[in-house]
Amino acid sequence: MGTISTNEWKNGVKVMHDGDPCNILENEYVKPGKGQAFNRVKLRNLRTGRVLEKTFKSGDTLEAADAQDVELQYLYNDGEMWHFMSPTTYEQYTVSKATIDDSAKWLKEQDVCIVTLWNNNAISVIPPIFVTLKVTDTDPGMRGDTATGGSKPATLETGAVVRVPLFINVGDILKVDTRTGEYMSRGK
Amino acid sequence: MSIHLRAKTLAKIRNFFATRNVIEVETPLLSHATNPAPHLNSFCLDNLYLQTSPEFAMKRLLAAGSGDIYQICKAFRESEIGRLHNPEFTILEWYRVGFDHHKLMDEMNEFLKITINATESKRFTYREIFAEFLKINPHESNIAQLKTVAQNNNLSVSVLSDDYDMWLQLLFTHLIEPKLGQESPVFIYDFPVSQAMLAKVRTEKPPVASRFEVYFKGIELANGFHELSDATEQRKRFLRDLAERQKLNLPPIPLDENFLLALPNLPDCSGVALGIDRLLLLVANIASLNEILCYPFFEA
Repeated sequence: MGTISTNEWKNGVKVMHDGDPCNILENEYVKPGKGQAFNRVKLRNLRTGRVLEKTFKSGDTLEAADAQDVELQYLYNDGEMWHFMSPTTYEQYTVSKATIDDSAKWLKEQDVCIVTLWNNNAISVIPPIFVTLKVTDTDPGMRGDTATGGSKPATLETGAVVRVPLFINVGDILKVDTRTGEYMSRGK
Repeated sequence: MSIHLRAKTLAKIRNFFATRNVIEVETPLLSHATNPAPHLNSFCLDNLYLQTSPEFAMKRLLAAGSGDIYQICKAFRESEIGRLHNPEFTILEWYRVGFDHHKLMDEMNEFLKITINATESKRFTYREIFAEFLKINPHESNIAQLKTVAQNNNLSVSVLSDDYDMWLQLLFTHLIEPKLGQESPVFIYDFPVSQAMLAKVRTEKPPVASRFEVYFKGIELANGFHELSDATEQRKRFLRDLAERQKLNLPPIPLDENFLLALPNLPDCSGVALGIDRLLLLVANIASLNEILCYPFFEA
């Protein structure tokens, strides 16, 4: 894909660093009054999600990464591979258990996820920010105790376990924030 | 709003110099030669250079007997773009005959009090500030030690060449500069001789360059020298710059022979250059030059 130099490393540009595709988050030009200029860069490793900060000499180059974020619909999993499809091209993608990692517990069939493709392979899956999932298991509800702010664990249809208020019952539909794993509200 | 702040501040500056009998001058922005320093990129048009500062021409005036002078003009540095950099910027440069760098720091202290209401500044040598923040002696360390300091401060660096000054500057810009002058301006003076530029060198142990820089709220504001008038030594430094340029595959620069010819007649003096746009940014208490320039580079 060719190389690009420090002054083109704008927010959102994807580059290869230490063998992994990375997203540029920040790029600050730092120059001593009389001397070599530097670029202080924040990058997110698109495979691991880790953010690293690194200083480069101004004018340094990195290889551009053939990486992009696309919306894919989750179809099903067979325990080893998770299967997705593009709602626009109908092209199918498979993601290994290791790659999907913790995101798996939020995925319900037909939900649309943000999937990062690198050289057309899926390397990370971000579930929808808010998901609505049915409670499959929790201790019986306790009436009249809603004001105390107590909570209890509830298992959802996808296997995720979240803390919920005491009045939640099996069969309730909940809205959950997948970024924090926190209960938001009871849905219909 | 920023055009009023600029006009008001420039008026204060002109008044500051008027009361001290320093006269305002104008010198060419477009010249047949320029500063060959390897990390200064001049815009070049048909073998003419836009000035990176008015230094050489102003020293020719001083050598011709001008006496104390100042100039407010545009300076140009290609590829310097960022939160605190714009390729075209406004520079204030002034020279005081008979001043050493300490006396000029005294005047800079007064200047900052009057123009931007700064409080009394503090002074540290380059050696003191490295000792204070990083516990090393910048004049007597080696590259391996500097790399260890970077590592111990979680500074992750892409492969850099083994250039001692570059490592010093990396540590300074990343670990010291952002913390300097949070309350009042800080002067750093007596630089390593390898960073002397156009300053006199004093043969102490170790020898140091009579150069200072001014920092306020983590931002480098000005750079001053007790000016070198030894033309042979200056030519030697320029030739070293040209050799370094060649090593870095940068285009050669014609040396300013008019400047070198005048240099032996330069009276004993000190001079300093200050970024006006950064000064305004500090007064307005904002984060980026884009908010202080009426048309930043990308909109120019």
